[in-house]
Amino acid sequence: MAEEKKPCLCGSGLTKIYGTGVQKNVAVDHVDFDCCQNEVISIVGESGSGKTTLAKMLLGLTKPTEGEIYFQGKKRDISNMKKKKEYWKRIQAIFQDPYSSFNTFNKIDAVLLDCIAMRNGKKYTRAKKIEIMEEACCFVNLEFDELTNKYPFELSGGQMQRLMIARVFILKPEILIADEPTSMIDACSRATILEMLMKLRKEIGMTIIFITHDIGLAYYISDTVFIMERGKIVESGPAEQVILHPKEEYTRRLISDVPKIHEEWDLSSVKYG
Amino acid sequence: MKTALQQVFHSRKFVTGFAIFMAILLTVFLYPLIIQDEPLAILGQGNFFPPGIYVNIYDSIHSKSYVLNLKDAASKRIGKILTDQSRQDIKEWLVSYGVPEDQIDINDTESLLSQWEENYDSSISLPGMTFAKQRYFQRLDESVNGLLSSEGVVISEVNQETGNLDQTNTIDQSEYVHINEVANVRILPLGTDNFGRDVLTELVKATGVSLKIGLIAGVVATLIGLTLGLLSGYVGGLVDDIIMFVTNLFTVIPSFVLLILISFSIGQDNRGATTIAVVIGLTSWVWTARAVRSQVISLRNRDHVNLSKLSGHSTAHIILNDILPYIASYVVMALILQVSSAILSEASLSILGLGPRTTEVPTLGLMMNWAMIYQAHILGKWWAYFPVIVVIALITFSMNLMNTGLDQVFNPTLRD
Repeated sequence: MAEEKKPCLCGSGLTKIYGTGVQKNVAVDHVDFDCCQNEVISIVGESGSGKTTLAKMLLGLTKPTEGEIYFQGKKRDISNMKKKKEYWKRIQAIFQDPYSSFNTFNKIDAVLLDCIAMRNGKKYTRAKKIEIMEEACCFVNLEFDELTNKYPFELSGGQMQRLMIARVFILKPEILIADEPTSMIDACSRATILEMLMKLRKEIGMTIIFITHDIGLAYYISDTVFIMERGKIVESGPAEQVILHPKEEYTRRLISDVPKIHEEWDLSSVKYG
Repeated sequence: MKTALQQVFHSRKFVTGFAIFMAILLTVFLYPLIIQDEPLAILGQGNFFPPGIYVNIYDSIHSKSYVLNLKDAASKRIGKILTDQSRQDIKEWLVSYGVPEDQIDINDTESLLSQWEENYDSSISLPGMTFAKQRYFQRLDESVNGLLSSEGVVISEVNQETGNLDQTNTIDQSEYVHINEVANVRILPLGTDNFGRDVLTELVKATGVSLKIGLIAGVVATLIGLTLGLLSGYVGGLVDDIIMFVTNLFTVIPSFVLLILISFSIGQDNRGATTIAVVIGLTSWVWTARAVRSQVISLRNRDHVNLSKLSGHSTAHIILNDILPYIASYVVMALILQVSSAILSEASLSILGLGPRTTEVPTLGLMMNWAMIYQAHILGKWWAYFPVIVVIALITFSMNLMNTGLDQVFNPTLRD
C-alpha cells in the first residue's frame, strides 16, 4: 500500500478476565496492537487463544477488564446507546457461524432493512430501499427476488455468509472485523467469500481485521499478521516477514500444522494435553 | 410458526391433553346455556340427596294412569323393602325371641312375615340388644307393615266447605304413569350437596371460576417471572444481583406458607376469587423467573443478539425481538404449569378455609371444603366430593399432558 498510514484502531494493555478466584480465566492478557487504515490485518491463533474475545472488545460488545481502545487517534467513547450506534456505523462484523448469526424469526428483508435504516435513517421510500437491497444482493451474487420473504434458515451456509457481506455492503463501515468468516463453510464457498470480501474492500475502501486459525489463509490475504497465544500477542509484523521467517516456536508450529497436499503432514509438533 | 403448530398438533400427548381440556372448557361454556339455574340456588330441603331422577309425587297422582299387569311387580315391591339382609335380621330376631330356627324359612316371604307379625312387639327389648338395633327393628316393622296387601291407595282431599275428607281417587297397585306426562321431573345427575344445591350445576360453575383463578394467577406469575427473568438475565450486573437476591428470598420461604399468611391477613370479607388469584400469582413467580433468567443468559451471547446490537437496536428491542421469541415456547409451557398449579393452590387454600369468601361463587376448592365440613366423606356421600376431585385431576392431568407434548416438540432430544 502506497498510501500514508493512518492509525485507525489501536488497543493498549487490553485485558479481559472472566470469573474470579479459582475460576479466574485470563482470556486476553495485556494486548497492545494497532492497525492502519486500508490494511488487512490478520489475528492468528489456535482455539481458545482469545481471538474472538479480542474481536468482541474491539467491537464494543464486551467491556475490557483493563486497557483502552483508541479509535482514529481518539479514545473510544461508547458510554451510551447513541454513541454506540454511531460507533457501529463505522465498525461492523461478520461472525463465524452463519447458522446462528441470524434471528430465525425475522425475514431476510428485515436484516437488510435494519442496515438501511441504520445508515440513512428512515428517509428512503420503499422503492429506493428495494433498489438498495437489490444492489447489495447483486454484489454478493444473490437474487433478491429469491430471498425476499424467506427466512435465513432456508439458505445454505455459504448464502448466509454472503448475506452477511451484503449487510456490510449496505452499511459501508470503515472497519470490518471478520471473525473466522470461512471456517464453517466448505472450501469452494470459502474462496468465493474471500474474493467477495476483497472486492468489497476495494469498492468501499475499508480496513479488515481478519481473525482466523488458518495461517495459510492469513498469509494469502493480509498485510500485517498478529500471532496470538493464550491471550498474548507473541509475534507481529508484515505477513511475509512473520510467516516466511518466523521467530517464535509457536508460529513455526502453526505453520507446520497447515496440511499440505504434496508433502507428508508433519505431526511431530502436535502436543497433547 | 405454522410448521411449529402443525408439529404440536401431531404430538399425541398434546392432542390428548388438549382434547380433555377443550371438553372441560366447552362444558363450562355450554352447560349454563342449557340449564339456566342459579349455580348456588338451594333446591333441596335437607342435605346430600343421592344422584338420580326425582319424580314429583303430586303430579304423578294427577297424571293419566296406565294399567300394566306385570307379573313380578309385587315381588319387586317386596324385594325393595325386604332385602336379603333384612330377612336375615328378622330371622335373627325371631330366633333370639324363642322361635325354633328350623321353623323359619327366610325364602318364604309369606310365612316369614306372618311369623313376624305374630311375634314382634316393639316394646320388647331382647337381652343384649343395643338401643340402636331396637330402633332399627321398629323401623323395619313399620316398613313391612301392609307389604302383602293387594289393596290400592285411597286419595282424599279436604273439602273446603265441610272440612271432611272426600275420597277423590283410588290408585291400584298396577297403575303406572308415563314419566313424560308428569309435569315435574328433575334429574340430579350428581345429587345435591350439604346445602341442598344441585352438585352438577355448582360443579360446572366452580370449574369455570377455578379455571379463571388459574388463568389470572398463571398470567400474573408468568408476567412477573418473565419480566424479572429477562431483566436479570439480559442486563446482568447489579440488576441481576438485586433481582436474584429477592428471588432467592422467595425461594427459601415456602410459597404456600406465604400464601396462607397473605390470604389470612386480607380477611374473609375482602377475599374475592380475583383477589385470591392475584395473591396466588404474586407468590408463585419464582421458578419462572429463575428458569427464564438461565435461558436468557445462554441466549444473550449468541451471535444473532450481537448482530442485532451491531444493527443499532435498543435493549428493549433486542429483548422483545431477539430473546423473547427464542424462549416463547418455554414460557408457554411454564404458563401451562403455572395455571394448573394455581388451580391446585386455590383448592388447597380453600380446603383450609382460606379461599375466596363463600357467598358469591363456588370454586372447586370451596366445594371440597363444604363437603369436608359436612362430613360427606364419613357419611359416604361420594357425589359431594368425588366429582370435584375428578375434575381437578382432569384439569391438571390435561395441562401436564399438553406441557409434556409441547416439551417433546420443542426439545426433540426428549422424544422417546
